[in-house]
Amino acid sequence: MLKKLDEFQVGETGLIKMVEGEGRIRRRLFDMGVTPGATVYLRKKAPLGDPLEVTIRGYELTLRKNEAHLVILEVKEDQ
Amino acid sequence: MKRFALAGNPNCGKTTLFNSLTGSTAHVGNWPGVTVEKKDGVYKKLKEPISIIDLPGIYSLSPYTPEEVISRNYILDEHPDCVINIIDATNLERNLYLTTQLLEINVPVIVALNMMDVLVKNGDSIDVESIEKKLGVPVVSISALKEDNLEELMSRALEASNQPREGKTIISNKDLLHLIGDVRIAFEGQKVENPLFHAIKLVEKDELETKMHPDLIPMVEAFKKTFNDETFGNDFEAVIADSRYQFISSNFHNSVKRKEVEIVEDKKHKKHKESKSDRIDKVLTHKVFGLIIFAVILFLVFHFTFSENLFYLGKIFENNGIAPSFEGTIYEGLFWTDKGINSPGVMLFNFFDMSFSALIGDDVPGIGMGVIRSGMINALGEGHWFTGFVCDGALNGLFAVLGFLPQILFLFLFFSIMEDTGYMARVAFILDRIFRKFGLSGRAFIPMIMGFGCSVPAMVNTRTLADDKERTSTIRVIPFFSCGAKLPILVAIAGGILQVFHAGNVDVITYSMYAVGIAAAIITVLIMRHTTLRGETAPFIMELPEYHWPQFRSLMIHLWDKAKHFVKKAFTIILASTIVVWFLSNFGWNWHYLDGDISNSMIAGLGQFIQPLFTPLGFGSQLNQFGFVFAVAAIAGLIAKEDVIATFATLAAIIVVSPEMVPIIESIEDGDVASTSVMIAGTGITWQGCIAFIAFNMLTIPCFAACATAKAELPKGKFKWTLLFWIVTSYVGSSAIYLFLSMFDASSYVWAIPSFAGLAVLAAVAIYFVRRYNKSHPIVGA
Repeated sequence: MLKKLDEFQVGETGLIKMVEGEGRIRRRLFDMGVTPGATVYLRKKAPLGDPLEVTIRGYELTLRKNEAHLVILEVKEDQ
Repeated sequence: MKRFALAGNPNCGKTTLFNSLTGSTAHVGNWPGVTVEKKDGVYKKLKEPISIIDLPGIYSLSPYTPEEVISRNYILDEHPDCVINIIDATNLERNLYLTTQLLEINVPVIVALNMMDVLVKNGDSIDVESIEKKLGVPVVSISALKEDNLEELMSRALEASNQPREGKTIISNKDLLHLIGDVRIAFEGQKVENPLFHAIKLVEKDELETKMHPDLIPMVEAFKKTFNDETFGNDFEAVIADSRYQFISSNFHNSVKRKEVEIVEDKKHKKHKESKSDRIDKVLTHKVFGLIIFAVILFLVFHFTFSENLFYLGKIFENNGIAPSFEGTIYEGLFWTDKGINSPGVMLFNFFDMSFSALIGDDVPGIGMGVIRSGMINALGEGHWFTGFVCDGALNGLFAVLGFLPQILFLFLFFSIMEDTGYMARVAFILDRIFRKFGLSGRAFIPMIMGFGCSVPAMVNTRTLADDKERTSTIRVIPFFSCGAKLPILVAIAGGILQVFHAGNVDVITYSMYAVGIAAAIITVLIMRHTTLRGETAPFIMELPEYHWPQFRSLMIHLWDKAKHFVKKAFTIILASTIVVWFLSNFGWNWHYLDGDISNSMIAGLGQFIQPLFTPLGFGSQLNQFGFVFAVAAIAGLIAKEDVIATFATLAAIIVVSPEMVPIIESIEDGDVASTSVMIAGTGITWQGCIAFIAFNMLTIPCFAACATAKAELPKGKFKWTLLFWIVTSYVGSSAIYLFLSMFDASSYVWAIPSFAGLAVLAAVAIYFVRRYNKSHPIVGA
């Protein structure tokens, strides 16, 4: 099932399929390791619901829902 | 001398390595982007001295923040003899992404695998040789913190620097390599240095690159049409980023050997095992408690630094002789007073302040006149100008400022701890949602909160903000977060209002004035972000570093840096300006020494000249013949905010003896009449005018030192507008407050209500037109 990162629930894991958008923001996402093929785990949301904290490529990254909206993932089902 | 540049991700230990290599005092912090300028030092342990340059942390060579441009330009344009690429061995994957780009430049590169001590402690091991083989450049494992293996790193770097290295790429897609090859040939034809690097960046559609070489874009675009990758189509940016990560994960996946296989297995099942850092984080960024914990921490920081009634134990300790009160000596009230126990910050402040006054004071408990002052009077006789110059002019101003050093350092110590442990990054994470409402990101919070201590370091801290417009607006509102030096203005005038008008409450007035400052910051940021500094809120994509204990050494280095900076400033700008003020207030236009007769001084003349300007603010021409003092005090505050109350004290001493003042002073009930009360009663100012005066001082041009910092930190050409912004904000803001408060007074509502209504209508009309304009002119390029 494909889903955008801002629609993820806390605790869900997904595999990045595509990063939308263009220009600097997309570039920055790539540089921070948010590229197709990477596994993302939504660790938590900030107390006011935004931004998000994810684990990616072995480190913690925070990004807003606006930016997370650009990231499309395949949801990994828990076994 | 050979130059080696340190490059690497933020938080990989670059600055720690720099400090270890050079023994320098560069600041280290656990906040992404602490090295905001390049710093250099010298490494002396090889046969030749080597210059080491510490560059701001970068995630890639396509820069994102202004500070990241510094790194890219240095490596490309300044031709360092070797680039030492520092890599956090505990997070190879993301760190090596930058390495793949550095390898494309024609420069010797050596990789330093840092944090080996942490890796070993976790029981993991790393195959250094295989990494070296696959990258094709020397790799040395080090620990910057423990200073392990640094000699080997440097001697191999020196070796590497002796042989030129041709840039090469790890991109393996044949079609893409073909295109890159063509662009490279075109660049070579134009005699561009580092043709391979620039070719790849152009194919990646890098912002800087496309601006520099628009002529070659058609070639890339033409090729793009023929290109079709299975997964990414012709999206070169994605293809290249993907191939870098592909290269890393396929080659280095097995380079790190985890201690026990079971843990890996375990991870697969449980997905994410909780580390200590995770557990701490769970509490500190908790949904409900996160914000509360932050508020409590912040309160404690200020409480420890500024409170004169620690933990509100005042009543318990009242005069029971538990602690020495030093009554009747120069250190009377050092540890505690009738109000309560002093916080550590206040104790240190008192210690400095009392020691200084024992040198130059006029009436010091226990010893009477200060040592230097009495010595000079004995030598020169009463009323000599030189005594005044040394004690009241130069030293008084210098000590007034130096006295704040302990409290400022205290505040820094707390903020450094928060920064080093990684908590500051979480604060930005927690608060981002709130700040976005005002067009700023959560990152802007830290400099603002530092403003409560002192604007100077707060303004320097804005360098970690990615967006220029966000930076400019943050720097402009930092002075509204009332700094330590403005606090005496609040307290003294609030006390005066109470004594003269028998109204109000010092605490309530003080807190509301803090709130006025914050409100002014919010309103003006909103205005700026909708008018002169329009722009999308900068994206918020930031690493959250792991929590760790602060390092004592780096904390001390940080504090030492700040103290040095502050003392240097006190002895230069501030010393010079206090001398000027002293001269202006003690000499008349005929250049004769006045010995206290301030009303004939040059500063009084200047004050009376500008006094009418302050009429709409309630402390202008409606006051009597002494009314100029408010104008003078406000102007003196431009040098240092401490000068406002100091000016009152000087002037009150003269005014109080004039015959028309005697009945007024007697009408004030309390025996002990504060100098501020004399000023208020003697000038005929209303309480509304007093509040407006506080507001004016809080919102207007900050002190000299803050202005100098703002000028250095703001983008070119913005400083003069910033000065204008401060003048306009303070003028409009405090007139509005004066009008608003006057509406509640029987004697003045007749004119106050219509004037305030007029202002409100004007503001509404302005908001309407700005919104209409903004709607029809959306932000381009966002």
